Amino acid sequence: MSAVVIHGAILLGLLYAIMVLGVFLTFRVLNYADLTVDGSLPLGAAITASLIATGTNPFLATLVAPLLGAVAGLITGILHTKFSITPLLSGILTSIGLYSINLRIMNSPNISLLRATTVYDYFSLGGLSARTGEYLAAGVVVVILVLLLYSFLHTESGLAVRATGDNEIMMRSQGVNTDNMKILGLSLSNALVALSGAMIAQYQGFADVNMGIGTIIVGLASVIIGEVLFGVKSILGKVVAVVFGSVVYRLAIALVLRLGFIEHTDLRLFTALLVTLALIAPELSKKFQANAGSKRLSA
Amino acid sequence: MLNVKSLTKIFYPGSINERVALDRVSLSLEKGQFTTIIGGNGAGKSTLLKCIAGIYQAEEGTVSLNGEEVTRLPDYRRAASICHVFQDPMVGTAASLTVEENLALALRRGDKRRLRWAIADSNRVFFQERLLSLQLGLEERLNSPVKLLSGGQRQALALLMTTLKEPKLALLDEHTASLDPKTANTVLELTEKLIENQGITTLMVTHNMEQALKMGHRTIMMHEGKIILDVSGPDRKNLTVSDLVDMFYEASGEELQQDRLLLAKGR
Repeated sequence: MSAVVIHGAILLGLLYAIMVLGVFLTFRVLNYADLTVDGSLPLGAAITASLIATGTNPFLATLVAPLLGAVAGLITGILHTKFSITPLLSGILTSIGLYSINLRIMNSPNISLLRATTVYDYFSLGGLSARTGEYLAAGVVVVILVLLLYSFLHTESGLAVRATGDNEIMMRSQGVNTDNMKILGLSLSNALVALSGAMIAQYQGFADVNMGIGTIIVGLASVIIGEVLFGVKSILGKVVAVVFGSVVYRLAIALVLRLGFIEHTDLRLFTALLVTLALIAPELSKKFQANAGSKRLSA
Repeated sequence: MLNVKSLTKIFYPGSINERVALDRVSLSLEKGQFTTIIGGNGAGKSTLLKCIAGIYQAEEGTVSLNGEEVTRLPDYRRAASICHVFQDPMVGTAASLTVEENLALALRRGDKRRLRWAIADSNRVFFQERLLSLQLGLEERLNSPVKLLSGGQRQALALLMTTLKEPKLALLDEHTASLDPKTANTVLELTEKLIENQGITTLMVTHNMEQALKMGHRTIMMHEGKIILDVSGPDRKNLTVSDLVDMFYEASGEELQQDRLLLAKGR
């Protein structure tokens, strides 16, 4: 693989890692498979790209994305908790609705940012190369968000969100409205996802209404890869593993494309198979171990 | 203290499976009174506790705590005053959280959860002190995920969690029933130490008649959604298990056929 491809994969992995942190928060912490992300990633891209294209400061434009993402998560959360719509359907409803909203925001299926100033340009100001600037921007944002997420999970609210995902009956009996905790978790998660979309759009130089399709699967794949490769127990370890999972996923995709095993057309099928395999692996290994008659499972 | 008036709970109303789980139950508890509830399967004991806790909403009747009506309040809004220990040891604690994190959740029972650190160093000292009173060695395991503890340890922890911040009312729902006899005894002793001796108003459901008579100040027997027996004071002191069986027969007009109740006489 050429250096360009590797750098591209690592950078994209870091930027998607922001989204994966969000998926980690819903899927692993809240135990909620949230499909809103397929709509909130392009939502962040769309709003930031439109704002930048119309001359808004790129930092300001980037900060608007998580706010809108949080609203998207809020809507999914309300659909699920207040109206008892299943988690999957709530997420699908929001993300389908967001497709039209994203088109409205952009007034076209895509917006180009090729000649616009983005946040990355500010990071390469002091004579740094464009790539260094991109690494710096992505690195700073990811490190800050990892620390923020880690800290949040150790606050009273964060602990309540974790307990809600673990044991809802217990959390209610301790006086916490678990509906609100789910809404909080979904909002934070989609804020991260939308921010990820905003950063990706600026990095690749465009926002596209279809860029969100399959986000949830990419997120799950990254979460699972991180867990398998860096099977750590501590919360910090888990959060960091998620970031590495995202980078490894991008590198793996770049590699298989490079080696010609699959073509771009097959990418989604490949990812779907990867996630399926990862999801059924614990079950398969259980059966395998039971057959082999070995004593204990490593949970 | 607790005032339950004419509480009625119907499961699957209007359907072919309709079942009256509570039939106009009224009950008053004085402050500090420890009351045990016995009755066969489907008598309504658990349902009564769940209606008081707010997990179930009753069709009719009212629940008041200290003169304040809470009938329509959801469970999490009642949790500041009422704490609930469940039969299943898995339900009372969060498995993936550590011992200290579970305790930290209980320390803020009924409070608004804020964006400050959930556990301060001073909390840890306090947690260790309280865990020491369980004499299960858990004070050394503050950072162990609760899923690594045994059922008995988890139930003991759940008991401690209910008392970390003193409740107005404790609801113990057969909280020793799914433990082995030895562990059940340990948890019962802890119940006496942490709850009964602290003068916390308590409703304890048990399937063990001897235990029901031995512990606390008052015993209630339920049958088919009704309270059919309510003894306390000197009457209760001289009561034996076989008296209780006779009284059940008289009050319900049926033979006491619940094997579980009869078999549970011993121990």
